Amino acid sequence: MELLKLIGVVIVLIGFVLKRDTIATVVVAGVVTGFVAGMTPMEILETLGKSFITQRTATLFVLTLPVIGICERYGLKDKAVDLIRKAKAATTGRVISIYLVIRAIASAMSLRLGGHPQFVRPLINPMAQAAAVAKYGKLTEKTEDKIKGYSSASENFGNFFAQNCFMGSSGTLLIVSTLVEQGQNVDALQIAKMSVPVAVIAVVVGIIHNLLLDRKLSGQYAAKQEVK
Amino acid sequence: MNTNQIISEVFYSIIGIIFILVGLKALRDTALKTRITTAAFWFILAFTFIAGPHLPYWITGVCILVIAALTALKRVEQSKSDVPSPEVTRKNADKLGYKVFIPALAIAFAAVLAATFLPFGANNAIGISAVVGLILALIVIKAPPKSAVTDGARLMDNVGSVGILPQLLAALGALFTAAGVGDVISSGVSVLIPEGSRLIAVIIYCLGMALFTIIMGNGFAAFSVITVGIGLPFLISQGANPVVVGALGLTAGYCGTLCTPMAANFNIMPSALLETNDKYIIIKSQLPVAAVMMVAHILLMYFLAF
Repeated sequence: MELLKLIGVVIVLIGFVLKRDTIATVVVAGVVTGFVAGMTPMEILETLGKSFITQRTATLFVLTLPVIGICERYGLKDKAVDLIRKAKAATTGRVISIYLVIRAIASAMSLRLGGHPQFVRPLINPMAQAAAVAKYGKLTEKTEDKIKGYSSASENFGNFFAQNCFMGSSGTLLIVSTLVEQGQNVDALQIAKMSVPVAVIAVVVGIIHNLLLDRKLSGQYAAKQEVK
Repeated sequence: MNTNQIISEVFYSIIGIIFILVGLKALRDTALKTRITTAAFWFILAFTFIAGPHLPYWITGVCILVIAALTALKRVEQSKSDVPSPEVTRKNADKLGYKVFIPALAIAFAAVLAATFLPFGANNAIGISAVVGLILALIVIKAPPKSAVTDGARLMDNVGSVGILPQLLAALGALFTAAGVGDVISSGVSVLIPEGSRLIAVIIYCLGMALFTIIMGNGFAAFSVITVGIGLPFLISQGANPVVVGALGLTAGYCGTLCTPMAANFNIMPSALLETNDKYIIIKSQLPVAAVMMVAHILLMYFLAF
């Protein structure tokens, strides 16, 4: 019954489709997979605990929350809006694209900081929203959501596709260690170099995507003004 | 432990303290029905961050089961926070001006500088930059130190229990690998790939990475399983360049990351942080780009690997 080993994958799928609690779904999937594979309860607890401890890096973003919280209390968002109001030429799509380029470069320099709490919430989203407000006046809630989505998306594009350009990034090191383990002779410099084309393509595709948002917005709000 | 590991442990302990603060905030919120269990969630989590590495790993394993039980029973909720009103932030902004950007921007620059010039590693650089940002917030903004506590706990509570999901997903990946999920996949996939068809092998590997990442929400876990299950037997053993397969394989998985609510820290947590009405709006915004990038990966791998 080899196929039974895939039960964890099935549990994760079902758990998410049925919108069960995400944390419980993942833990149950892991525990059941362990049992099906013949691990003892102790081995399962050890494996779970060990990888949870070594993967604490995934939660490092928490360290920056106090500073972001303070800056927000003291008017960071308000000043971002002030700033973008000065830059009249900027459009929503251009603001987000500029951020995409900066984020990709930062990511390629190993800067993985959890940009959503650090940049997107306090800086890029308010700027992108303000650019649209300056152009079209009051926005619908749907448009506000859309801009939030695009702002966060560009953070992800820049972060994901550029991070392996850095030799010491955990993704690059994961690729190297997995392949070396399987008897393939590769090193981090090779992997980092081979990651450059995808990073460049992602930035170009992301910018086109953002500029199409500008066109969509101007079409939508121009039509509305005509109706009035 | 070497110096970098000791520094890391200090930062993880600080994260633990922030969790404790969120738990204390819940305990003080007498209007919150689930205040005891909510506090327990954050205290247990703090315990794993601070004491976990110094104890047998199974203890952290047990903690994870308890945490999962608490969230499964919906016993973890946001407690009342001291949220600054728009009037307050506007008044502060007018008084302070653009100086308010300094601590936020300093985090970014300090992290680059610390990662580049200090020998403590990229992870510790994040912690160091947070410290630099906090010091600047106290000096430039002249925020009372108490503000770091209240505003830090407020934002952490805002992110909520979903903040630890990526870490749990990594643990899930470890269990999948230990159970041999990769072998099962490889024997199943061999039916789909005609002998010697390089393009189909490339397509199945890239789509497999994306699909597995979509299911698991973690490109790292998918990479170890799918590369061993598909990449090696069907590509590298057939003469594909392992550098190309490896480098493009992981980012092909990231195309899947863009499409999945399982990647909560990238796609769901930020929508909570940005307070969107549609909690899937980020994924919806990413789908067209993910599709184009997937095609780009398949073409690049096919032409560069052989």
